[in-house]
Amino acid sequence: MKTFKYVITDEVGIHARPAGILAKEAKKYTSKVTLSCHGAEAEATKLLAVMSMAVKKGEEVTVTIEGADEAAACAEIEKFFKENL
Amino acid sequence: MSQFKGKAVYKGTAIGKVLVLKKSDSVVKRYRIESVDDELQRLKSAVDRTLKQLQKLYDKAVIEVGEASAAIFEVHQMMVEDDDYQDAIHNMIANEQVNAEFAVAVTGDNFANMFANMSDDYMRARSADVKDISNRLIKNLSDDGDVDLSEMEPSIIVADDLTPSETVQMDKTKILAFVTVHGSANSHTAILARMMNIPALISVPMNLDELHTGMTAIVNGKEDSVIFEPTDDEIAKAEAQLKAEKEQEALLAALKGKESVTKSGKKVHVFANIGSVGDLGYVMENDAEGIGLFRSEFLYLGKDRLPTEEEQFSAYKQVVQMMAGKKVVIRTMDIGADKKVDYLGLDEEENPALGFRAIRICLERPELFKTQLRALLRAAKYGNLSIMYPMITSVEEVMDIKAIVEEVKKELDAEGIPYAVPEQGVMIETPAAVMISDELAKIVDFFSVGTNDLTQYTLAIDRQNENLNRFYNPHHKAILMMIKMVTDNAHKYGKWAGICGELGADLTLTEEFVRMGVDELSMSPSMILKVRNIIRNMD
Repeated sequence: MKTFKYVITDEVGIHARPAGILAKEAKKYTSKVTLSCHGAEAEATKLLAVMSMAVKKGEEVTVTIEGADEAAACAEIEKFFKENL
Repeated sequence: MSQFKGKAVYKGTAIGKVLVLKKSDSVVKRYRIESVDDELQRLKSAVDRTLKQLQKLYDKAVIEVGEASAAIFEVHQMMVEDDDYQDAIHNMIANEQVNAEFAVAVTGDNFANMFANMSDDYMRARSADVKDISNRLIKNLSDDGDVDLSEMEPSIIVADDLTPSETVQMDKTKILAFVTVHGSANSHTAILARMMNIPALISVPMNLDELHTGMTAIVNGKEDSVIFEPTDDEIAKAEAQLKAEKEQEALLAALKGKESVTKSGKKVHVFANIGSVGDLGYVMENDAEGIGLFRSEFLYLGKDRLPTEEEQFSAYKQVVQMMAGKKVVIRTMDIGADKKVDYLGLDEEENPALGFRAIRICLERPELFKTQLRALLRAAKYGNLSIMYPMITSVEEVMDIKAIVEEVKKELDAEGIPYAVPEQGVMIETPAAVMISDELAKIVDFFSVGTNDLTQYTLAIDRQNENLNRFYNPHHKAILMMIKMVTDNAHKYGKWAGICGELGADLTLTEEFVRMGVDELSMSPSMILKVRNIIRNMD
């Protein structure tokens, strides 16, 4: 299991478009990617569920990745967060 | 044969097949299905069709309004494919043996409610997106609503009213005419029709259930009427009229490249009103001498955030460069009233037309205004740009604007960013601005009368209210007197005055405006040659 934490810097938080791209990104891997923040949790592949977490700017998200390709997935998804959120 | 009277917003004749567009927001019926597998298959093909349509909309929007604004259609695709959304629909069909339409409607409502109950404004607004994709899916499931507007035959579009998302899908070259039950002269359909020279009839008291796609119709803009299933005689008459119109068009085309000048040598500038960079094609085609009103709102609408300075700069720069030295008057953002954006978090208002809009937002939130001013000043280096400030009511407002422009200049100087200070004028659209126009003329470079709002504020008539049509007299003496007063006051201080509202294109008033001394008339590109023709025939 791999995990990293990230503080959101985007003004609108995790909004529709990055959540959508994240879902696409997460689907590339067989590992299960889970986001958790302020007690809420959602699988990264589920756009509507991620959006419904309503993660705002300044909040810390914990991303957990578990599965065969977790190392590669973790590196790419962390990069995605840094570049887009 | 059946005939109806309406109100022509763009006059012209059309003969052709009807395409009836019905609203699909009728109640979705629940019924028990025989085979779950068949139903899931039906759902799957509707989902595929929906995704294809959204992809097409995305591709089209990228070209017409840019990638940032098109992104919404990409997000819609992802929502349709969302696992939770799809699972909920599948489960309902399988467990309750209900039809797919019903399962989609219930699931869509559940997700929409979830978003609607969230505390975050942005997320609350996503509720509309979930509803939108669900409606699209339902439309694709039911046979009657299944019209692919992007691949239609040349048609006369008949509808209750048309939404922007419906018109964006249509292949504009295949629209022969618009005929709608509702709508106002300022509605989206009307503006589109005028922009593209398409005959359009609104407020037509017809019953859509008695009409069907494929029947023949004649739209007669001259008589403000539409005839369904016309007789051979009527068709022959309409064909003759159509031919005469084509000849008239050819005559007008000969005026391209000619000056708009009266026989006695009085020159009038005939400019175009545009709403996006995509309209520049119509400006060129109709030989406008400049752009008298470039509505900058398109940069702000259909987004989930403010446009950046770079986005604005590149749009303004593109327009002034393409106009190659001709004047381009850009109006600073006129958001508020009937044009709303979620991300500004504006309160609901009792009287939006009298509320927090346009320059009032800019002066209250100078950071947002400064971003636009920086982009405008930078773009002014690349061509003949003018800035126009909307909704002005006092000298103090203009002085506040000037102070902010000074700050912007200092900032740009400090950062070493090149810019030019363009001509700056105000839009005259409140009676207050008319009354103090002599004082305003001393401190601005030009006036442009926005007759739509000026008429609404002067006559105290809401222009969106169809029931007031009888009282709405755009030729009211008060308005004409105001235009005269504004023009005289501008000339007293050596400034120029123009008209950029609908009256600017009113062919029955062109001569009167020229005689008043109005220096510039700005209008839908499709009206330019007609106005030029009148001016050239004046003494």
